[in-house]
Amino acid sequence: MDGWWKKNPYYVEFMVHEATALFVAAYAITLLFGLIRLGQGPEAWNGWLEAMQSPLSIIFHLALLAGFVYHTFTWFKLFPLTTPPIVINGKKLEPCAIVGGGWAAAIGAAVVSFVIVWGIAA
Amino acid sequence: MPEQKIIEIEVLRYLPEADQAPHSEVYKVPFTDDMSVLQGVQYIKDNLDGSLTFRWSCRMAICGSCGMMINGIPKLSCETFIRDYYPKRITVEALANFPIEKDLVVDLSGFIEKLESIQPYIIPKEPRTVEQGEYIQTPAQFAEYIQFTSCINCTLCYAACPQVGLDPDFIGPGAMALLHRYNMDSRDGGQAQRMELVASVEGVYNCGAVGYCSEVCPKKVNPGNAVNINKINAAKDYFLRFLSPKGGAK
Amino acid sequence: MKTRKRSNVPIFWLLFGAGGMMAALFGPVLVFITGIAVPLGLLLPKNTMSYENMLAFSQNFIGKGFIFAVIFLLSWHAAHRIFHELHGIGIHQGAVAKLLTYGVAFIVSLIAAAILLGLGF
Repeated sequence: MDGWWKKNPYYVEFMVHEATALFVAAYAITLLFGLIRLGQGPEAWNGWLEAMQSPLSIIFHLALLAGFVYHTFTWFKLFPLTTPPIVINGKKLEPCAIVGGGWAAAIGAAVVSFVIVWGIAA
Repeated sequence: MPEQKIIEIEVLRYLPEADQAPHSEVYKVPFTDDMSVLQGVQYIKDNLDGSLTFRWSCRMAICGSCGMMINGIPKLSCETFIRDYYPKRITVEALANFPIEKDLVVDLSGFIEKLESIQPYIIPKEPRTVEQGEYIQTPAQFAEYIQFTSCINCTLCYAACPQVGLDPDFIGPGAMALLHRYNMDSRDGGQAQRMELVASVEGVYNCGAVGYCSEVCPKKVNPGNAVNINKINAAKDYFLRFLSPKGGAK
Repeated sequence: MKTRKRSNVPIFWLLFGAGGMMAALFGPVLVFITGIAVPLGLLLPKNTMSYENMLAFSQNFIGKGFIFAVIFLLSWHAAHRIFHELHGIGIHQGAVAKLLTYGVAFIVSLIAAAILLGLGF
C-alpha cells in the first residue's frame, strides 16, 4: 500500500483536504499562545498583538485562511457521503442541495459572527 | 471498408504454478467502436492466448463478475469501451486489495465471509407464523432501503478503498451497504445483533471517508454513505448502551 | 460466531466531527479576525482585541466557554485526522503516533483550561 495516495487524483485530493488538519492544528496552537500571553498580563498580551502584525504572521494567517476555507469547502462537499439523508415532505433532499445548504450555512455563520464581534467591539 | 484499428492491451498475468510474481504482457487487439474492454480481453483468450483467465457472465453490468482495474481504476469491463482509450494503451489488472488467484481472477473468499458476517437476511422483530400473512410495507418504508438493494457484489468498492488495503479485516463498503439495507427494512429487527460487528474494531471506524467507493460504484448504491451513517449509529450505541436495557453490543 | 472487540474510536470520532463542524462554520472568520483584520486594522474597531476587551471576554462565562471550545475542538479534530492519515502514509497506530496527535491535543486542552480557570470569572 506504499504511496497509494499518489496513484489516483481522487486520493491526492483526499490527502490534500485531510492535510487541512495541519492548518487547524497550527491555528489552535496560535490561539493557545495568545491565551497564554493573555494570562500573563497586559504587557505580554500587547507583545502578542504586535507579533501578530508582523508580515510573516500576516502571510502565515493568509495561508491558514486558505486552509480553513478549503476545509469548509470539502467538509460540506462530503456531506452526501458522511451524513444521513435529509427527508423533507417525504422526499430525499438532492446531494447538491445538502452541499449548497452547508456552504450557505458556513457563509451565514461567518457573516453573523463577524457582525457580532463588530457589535461587541463598537 | 475502413482501416482496422488496433489497440494495445497490457494485461497483468499471474499463473500460480509457474510464476513467482505477476508480470505484464502486451497484446495487439483489433477492435470496433462497439467493443468493450471485456470483449477485448475475450479476443485475447480466443485468438492470442487461451490460458488467459478472467471472470465474466452477463455482459450488461448486472452480474458483477467482470470487475478489473482498467488503467488503475476499478471498473466493470463490460461497460467500459475500448474506443474511449484509443489510441493509448489500456492496462488491465486484477482488482486491487484482493489476493490474485490467477491472472484477472481474484480470491473473493474474504469478501464472502464479510458478507456472511453481516447476517444478510431479515431477522424478524418477533416470531411470526404463516397464518399472520404477508408483511405490509408502505412505499415510504420501501424507499428507506431500496438504494442499498442495488448492490451487485462486484467488489469495485473494495478495490477503490485504501482502508481495505491498509486493514484487510475492515468490513468494507459493500458488506456495509447490505447490512444497512437490512437494518433499514421495516420488517427487520436485527439492528442490535448487527451492531456488534458495526461497532467493533473491524467495523465502520476504519473508514476515513475517502468516498472513492461510492464514486466507482456502477449501481449508485453510495456504500460509503451506509458506512458513515453507521458511524453515527455505532456512536449512539457506544454512549447510550448504558441507558438501554438491552445493553447493545458487548 | 466470532466474538468481536468493541472499538473505542467513537469518543475521538465525535470530537473530530464536532471540531470539523466548528472549523467549517467559524474557522475562516476567526482566522480572518484574529490574524488579518485586527492586526492590519481592517474593518473592525481599533480596540477590538485590546487587553481590556479580551480579559473581559475571557472572564465572561460564555466567552470563556467559547475560547475553550474553539481550542479544545480544533485540536482534537486535527489530532484525529492527522492520526488517521499517519496510518494512511504508513506510520502505524502505535504509541508514538498517539502521543504526537491525541497527546498533543490533550496537553493543549489542559493548558487552555488551566489558563481560562486562572483568569477568573
